Amino acid sequence: MEKRVVFKSAWLPYALVAPQLTITVVFFFWPAIQAVYFSFLAQDPFGLTTHFVGLENFRELFRDPHYLASFRVTAVFSLLVASLGISISLLLATMADHVVRGALLYKTLLIWPYAVAPAIAGVLWAFLFAPTIGLVSYYLRRLGIEWNWRVDEGQAMLMVVVAATWKQISYNFIFFLAGLQSIPGSLIEAAAIDGAGPVRRFWTIVFPLISPTGFFLLVMNIVYAFFDTFGVIDATTEGGPVESTQILVYKVYFDGVKAADIGGSSAQSVVLMFIVIALTVIQFRYVERRVQY
Amino acid sequence: MAAPRTGMVENRPVGDLLAHLILVAGVIVLAFPLWVTFVASTLTYDQIVNVPMPLLPGGQAWSNYHHALVAGSEKGSGAPVDRMLLNSLIVALSVAIGKIAISILSAFAIVYFRFPLRNFFFWMIFVTLMLPVEVRIIPTFKVMAELHILDSYPGLVLPLVASATATFLFRQFFMTIPDELVDAARIDGAGPMRFFWDVVAPLSRTHIAALFVILFIYGWNQYLWPLLVTASESMYTVVIGIKRMIAGGDAATEWNIVMATAILALMPPALVVVLMQKWFVKGLVETEK
Repeated sequence: MEKRVVFKSAWLPYALVAPQLTITVVFFFWPAIQAVYFSFLAQDPFGLTTHFVGLENFRELFRDPHYLASFRVTAVFSLLVASLGISISLLLATMADHVVRGALLYKTLLIWPYAVAPAIAGVLWAFLFAPTIGLVSYYLRRLGIEWNWRVDEGQAMLMVVVAATWKQISYNFIFFLAGLQSIPGSLIEAAAIDGAGPVRRFWTIVFPLISPTGFFLLVMNIVYAFFDTFGVIDATTEGGPVESTQILVYKVYFDGVKAADIGGSSAQSVVLMFIVIALTVIQFRYVERRVQY
Repeated sequence: MAAPRTGMVENRPVGDLLAHLILVAGVIVLAFPLWVTFVASTLTYDQIVNVPMPLLPGGQAWSNYHHALVAGSEKGSGAPVDRMLLNSLIVALSVAIGKIAISILSAFAIVYFRFPLRNFFFWMIFVTLMLPVEVRIIPTFKVMAELHILDSYPGLVLPLVASATATFLFRQFFMTIPDELVDAARIDGAGPMRFFWDVVAPLSRTHIAALFVILFIYGWNQYLWPLLVTASESMYTVVIGIKRMIAGGDAATEWNIVMATAILALMPPALVVVLMQKWFVKGLVETEK
């Protein structure tokens, strides 16, 4: 896509792109290049000298059982957050698309959690799930379930999944509702005339038509679970107990900032960059496909 | 475009009832943490730790909020929350306005001019999509240290200001502006900046509003970056401050103050979403395209 008519100036376009390019170079490219550079270096134990070690940091990384465990934790966490978030939102969006009365009110009451910061969402749920004083912990105890996420790894994972999903439902809901509302009413009516009930109509007509939205949301939810949930983890479990909720982003932060392992942390950053690039490519292929439809 | 079609299809009172029940259940589950937080922010510390805490508001609201705003949580970091809210507001507004300003200018240059390196610049901006702050934590921190802007507003704001998505959105929109408007402007003798201010900027109003809502929330809710770049309590944003308040563990946390702070921290972006719902939905759906 190109404009037919354009303005002419030898310097003005450069001046217009300069602010964005400056920030992009200083805060995006330069740090990214440094991350790649650091990932090939190792520091002696006292941090006095650094030397080039080639791919040693990466080799060490993939031999490190803690790092591999963090990969597993991230996989479990992101799959749970994405699948729970997408299915609950699809159910709610289908219902909101169905009702006539109160639709706008429901929409308003379902989208506000989007505005809550991941770290605040973590604090809210950590309060409900607090082992001694939490309300949900109290109800669970009454049901005979001993709840203490500070020592139980499964419970810690469950809590961060609940907090992360709770915040993400609004986002998915908005996209599903927009997708559902763009399905022509005549399609649904035709199926109804042919005698298809609501459940059958959903699976044969609605579901195939919104599955591109579902795929888009799957990618976005995985990106969210990989990167944006840092606040949820840091405000609640801090990766514990025993690294059971230490997702990859949290490990980059912990190793780089708290443990000051620059080489190892940078190598992890580079691995994460590859993951983001892969997800971005998948997402753009999807966008291309959607344009063709 | 979305005509209400239910009811046209058939009348199923049972289905309608089920839909309402599911929606009400969804609303209650989503609102439950918020309600408990609000109630806790109106109780005394003793009422909260006396399990189970009541589910109806108490009379301590004014005292808790006042205490949080002017004194913070003494058991935690002890920084007053009013300063944190001001910092959050400054960051959110600067990020939103800064992003919109630099993106609209660069998109204008890329769409309305032909110049060497144009595609290269566009590609450079595009690639930033793939470099979220989370993957370049340590080196970005070093860059900030070398520039001596750690623990300052420029340090909090600048790395968050560049974004490919806003540039894309404006570029896409500019492509739909009819070329005749440029011809007309040129016949009138208007230069490019005149055209920008008189035609492009006013036509972009709705996109600017939608982006503003999304970016305000984005800026307000930032966590990892402020966590790294702030050192003194007077520079904390409220999202960072609340984490510092609970750092001591269950028993050492003044939950009544923390919960009041949580309400103060989530109200501004939540109000923006609810009151500017139309812009919010437009911005969200369009920036992700």
